[in-house]
Amino acid sequence: MTASGTFGYGEEYMDFYDINCLGGIVVKGTTLHHREGNPYPRMAETGRGMLNAVGLQNKGVHYFAKEIYPRIKDFGTNILVNVSGSTIEDYVETAAAIQELDNIPGIELNISCPNVKEGGMAFGTSCPSAVAVVEAVRKVYNKHLMVKLSPNVTNIAEIALAVEQAGADSLSLINTLLGMAIDAETKRPLLSTITGGLSGPAIKPVALRMVWQVTQVVKIPIVGMGGIMNAEDAIEFMLAGASAVQIGTANFVDPMVGSNVIDGIKEYLERKGMNSAKELVGGMITD
Amino acid sequence: MKKYIQDFDVVENKRLNQEFVVLTLQHPYQLPEMFPGQFVEVKVENGPNTFLRRPISIHDVDREKQQIKLLVQEIGEGTQLMGQLQPGDKLNLVYPLGNQFQISPNDKVLLIGGGCGIAPLLFLGRHLLENGITPRFLLGARSKDGLIELDEFKKLGEVYTTTEDGSEGTKGFVIHHPIMKTQTPDYDQICTCGPEPMMRVVAKYAKNHNIKCQVSLENHMACGIGACLCCVTDTIEGHKCTCTDGPVFDSTYLKW
Repeated sequence: MTASGTFGYGEEYMDFYDINCLGGIVVKGTTLHHREGNPYPRMAETGRGMLNAVGLQNKGVHYFAKEIYPRIKDFGTNILVNVSGSTIEDYVETAAAIQELDNIPGIELNISCPNVKEGGMAFGTSCPSAVAVVEAVRKVYNKHLMVKLSPNVTNIAEIALAVEQAGADSLSLINTLLGMAIDAETKRPLLSTITGGLSGPAIKPVALRMVWQVTQVVKIPIVGMGGIMNAEDAIEFMLAGASAVQIGTANFVDPMVGSNVIDGIKEYLERKGMNSAKELVGGMITD
Repeated sequence: MKKYIQDFDVVENKRLNQEFVVLTLQHPYQLPEMFPGQFVEVKVENGPNTFLRRPISIHDVDREKQQIKLLVQEIGEGTQLMGQLQPGDKLNLVYPLGNQFQISPNDKVLLIGGGCGIAPLLFLGRHLLENGITPRFLLGARSKDGLIELDEFKKLGEVYTTTEDGSEGTKGFVIHHPIMKTQTPDYDQICTCGPEPMMRVVAKYAKNHNIKCQVSLENHMACGIGACLCCVTDTIEGHKCTCTDGPVFDSTYLKW
């Protein structure tokens, strides 16, 4: 799958390969109302990665339903909508609006965005608030409910377990790590918001560790992500216990990466004499 | 416009001075149509600290030779690595990206460039000439050494220059050139690319004289194709992506 905020609505990448080869596309973070996002600059390149502070710029769920959904609803892959909000009521109302869209089989509940002043990550960094938002959305949303977890917590396994018990169908992790960058010459922060979310290969070891920790405690499927640049990276996440993976920041560097990862996994399976990618899941050998 | 991801061969690296090189890139097959103002996203290999692609203006296109020229100012690790490329090296591009300068057939056009911002103006000048419009250029730099590609510009039209230290042309910034002082300018369209303070001054001048002004922005980008929403600029209609809604904007559309 491709990760939210890194693949637009899929249309941006159609010139490069047949996006229907993907398992799914998680489209841009969507909120109840229009959001302008944060001021420029919103991005800073860092070693083996980047910081972003886009701040969920989007035109709101009703615009999505009216203007964007008709364009993408017949794609031959699963379209999931990443849902975010400032209050529980926002999440519930947004999820309920997407429930009405027949060709959207699921949502990814974003309780982990580090770039908004209210809500976002605040919901995903404590068990009671994570449970509250997942339970509330579960009541109005009966299709696939994936919950995207924040790595900016002391114990991610604890949150994962609480979210599972609150009714999530699957978990995706990790969202970006909270970080910052300063220009030593000008003494100024590189992001307008000072802090932002770190993504890219720099965060892969942290992501891999968290996926492994979470798979030790929950029964629902895990979608792993964080710095996947190629098939080998994706396979590592599956060996750590992820049933699927999302590719994010790599799309900016290599617009073909989605297709390349799929081909690379097939080649790996063939070389190892395996019949299905399912055989990779949790296949790390520790003895 | 359809976007491509392709490997190009570096066929020439022409060093203009300490800071600037012109890379000539060739593709084995026919190039798609490209327009002045558009840019490419370059993948820089082997940089320990470079991760994202670099957005670089299309400086010139020769479709017969299947060549693209990029003007590169070595300001950071990525552009320094590009400056070291040699014939035989490969460069991966995502292109052509962004919108283009809009010119009508009877426009009298002045192209104003500063520093590296002269890059898209050569391609624009050539395009104008091919469409029956003789371009005029006003190019500014810190000093004589920074006035690059003058011979190429002179092949296309009249060239006026300014330098901050007065080592060539009029002393001062582009706005100080006599052509900008006249009360009745004989051009009705300005296209400008360069440092933002320069473009803001030019845009203000254009507004005061009721001249249409298009500016080409150079915001930091990640994807270059409208997916990441990192490169936004403030417009009268809210945040817009410099990569897909721009890089060329009517100056009155921006919140300047």
